[in-house]
Amino acid sequence: MKFVDEFRDAELGRVLAHEILGAVEPGRHYKIMEVCGGHTHSIYKYGVDDLLPANVELVHGPGCPVCVIPMGRVDDAIAMAHEPGVIFTCFGDMMRVPGSHGTLTDASAEGADIRMVYSPLDALRIAKQNPDRTVVFFAIGFETTAPSTALTLKRAKAEGVPNFFCFCNHVTIVPPLRALLESPDLRLDGFIGPGHVSTVVGARPLEFIPADYGKPVVVSGFEPVDILQSVLMIVRQLAAGRCEVENQYKRIVPYEGNLAALKIMSEVFALRPHFEWRGLGFISHSGLKLSEDYADLDAERRYTIPNVRIADPKACQCGEVLKGVIKPFECKVFGTACTPERPIGTCMVSSEGACAAYYNYGRFAREKQLV
Amino acid sequence: MSETSVSAAGPRKLGPSDDVARREQKILGIIETARAKRHKFRDERITTAHGAGGKATAGLIEGLLLPAFANPALDQLADAGTVTIDGTDIAMTTDAFVVSPLRFPGGSIGELAVNGTANDLAMAGAKPQALTLSLILEEGLAADVLKAEVEAIAHAAEQAGVTIVAGDTKVVARGQADQMYITTTGIGKVDDRAALAPTSLIPGDRILVSGPIGLHGTAIMLARGEFELGAAVESDTRPLWPAVDAMFEEAGPGLRCLRDATRGGVASVLNELARASGVAILVREATVPVPAVVAGAAELLGIDPMHVANEGVLVAIVDPAHADAALAALRAAPGGEQAAEIGEVKTEPPGMVLVETAFGGKRVMDQLVGDPLPRIC
Repeated sequence: MKFVDEFRDAELGRVLAHEILGAVEPGRHYKIMEVCGGHTHSIYKYGVDDLLPANVELVHGPGCPVCVIPMGRVDDAIAMAHEPGVIFTCFGDMMRVPGSHGTLTDASAEGADIRMVYSPLDALRIAKQNPDRTVVFFAIGFETTAPSTALTLKRAKAEGVPNFFCFCNHVTIVPPLRALLESPDLRLDGFIGPGHVSTVVGARPLEFIPADYGKPVVVSGFEPVDILQSVLMIVRQLAAGRCEVENQYKRIVPYEGNLAALKIMSEVFALRPHFEWRGLGFISHSGLKLSEDYADLDAERRYTIPNVRIADPKACQCGEVLKGVIKPFECKVFGTACTPERPIGTCMVSSEGACAAYYNYGRFAREKQLV
Repeated sequence: MSETSVSAAGPRKLGPSDDVARREQKILGIIETARAKRHKFRDERITTAHGAGGKATAGLIEGLLLPAFANPALDQLADAGTVTIDGTDIAMTTDAFVVSPLRFPGGSIGELAVNGTANDLAMAGAKPQALTLSLILEEGLAADVLKAEVEAIAHAAEQAGVTIVAGDTKVVARGQADQMYITTTGIGKVDDRAALAPTSLIPGDRILVSGPIGLHGTAIMLARGEFELGAAVESDTRPLWPAVDAMFEEAGPGLRCLRDATRGGVASVLNELARASGVAILVREATVPVPAVVAGAAELLGIDPMHVANEGVLVAIVDPAHADAALAALRAAPGGEQAAEIGEVKTEPPGMVLVETAFGGKRVMDQLVGDPLPRIC
């Protein structure tokens, strides 16, 4: 694939790995958090970790859209899916996220009409094709996916599609990062910044990380070469005593973001006073709901949903994993009670979740050599 | 890890603390013990995941069906079972076809129904000889649609060299089936040159694939028009006996096991074999023939091409001394121009499939969980 394979080039990877090795201080341990689940996935999928020196540790962050959805919201989704006449649409990964009584896949087997879509526009198309049914779209994700939901809602409103509704669970990246940086149990040296989110919001909103907390940030692309280069840029900042936001992903990310996307988001969404995050609890001004102008398309207003906060299963340590406090395998249920086929926690469901990435790709990648 | 990258990255230590490393090794041990056990069937209902050819399917088969019908032929969990009649080994298998849409670029349900079953026989080392055909038709199905599939079946049977010797038809009320479903059952005599078993892999064996992977699944995906992706891609449905016959001729005693990589793709086949033989399998990603259109679609949809279904690709495990001859035979067979050696059998860790990525790292390649694409065949 043109424009992709170049960023997966093994030779370039080896050159970068060598430069990183030359740039790190021997004896110093580097802990670098990749904020995005997309980075986590790439790191494991391509075995990026294998090319890093032993004293550079990558820590997985909170930026996995599926992982941060709390159980109560899944229960709400299942309740809507069981409403008479509803076609409930969602992304594939959400089908397998457990609520307090099973998953959307289970609800589908029980008779609910649940359809997997790849884009909110697919959900809108289903609504137009089924005028006698009500179509609800389970919107999740950070600023990366929020504009496509916003655009879909705008189109639904403009075209007057009366049977399309949105169950909005969009969240924003800065509040959880701030919460994380305030947390006393984490020592980090720098951040691989969220590339996809930054295509929308730009790099500027991340400036508080170096300014207020003294940690370097490099906004990074998602290919293995991107990630290695970003690690190198962070290590070089640390070596030079610099601390700033740098943009490795300039081919996609404008420093000021995508103004058209930001404008449409501000029309369609409004900030919630607070929103619950899986494992992280309630975080102020971290979630989006539909604005008053779009209230008619809001599934939460149309349906009476349980809206109950469900405590995470006791054994599940997704919160610790999302904060980078523990590694997936340090969770008490990892790989035994909690597996991709029978997940307890969200981090084991999404392909961007740290636990699923480690379980599916990462085991044995580091130490167990083939004999 | 390749040697060059070792020198670039330096020796890898276990991590920040030995405690964490020990914990990791302990957990990995526990997981592998759990993984080596036979899958259980503990679900309350059947979900689409049970049809995907991945872990849930394995749970259904190993946890419910196998214990109920246990016998030496079935316990092999091969593509076809073998029965011995008067000293002659007969391979027998059956397959149901529910693909949607009925017709797609490169093939149709009728063609799949013949090739799918004939190929399962070929994987048991048997030349496909005869099929039975059972049709479940939905009330209201257009006669033209049915006629077209009957013609496709007749044509595919001729191509595969099998005769349809018996059949059955049923009609169900509108809405109780989706247009038509087909079940075929096939038999063939196991070839005298065949000594195949999924438990026979030994370290050093080579892994071959007979052609470019992922074409069938990608063709179905695009034919459904759900993704608004435009690309010319055709299903690879084809009879595989000619390729098997050629390999027997050139590398007969060196062939350890054959599998056609249908639902769940090459990844599922390799995982099943690694578990059955208690060996590790190493795949070299850069050597796997993935067509650009498959790579592109898989990239966009976040799927691994190794999990995408094929209908005309086999995986052969071959003794290293015969690997080159087997590969040459595959390349000379119809559709085999891009056949390739993609990896080899190793010792540790048993039951696992690892990939050396084209980028130079290493990772696990597990079976599929969930179902990205129901009703693929």
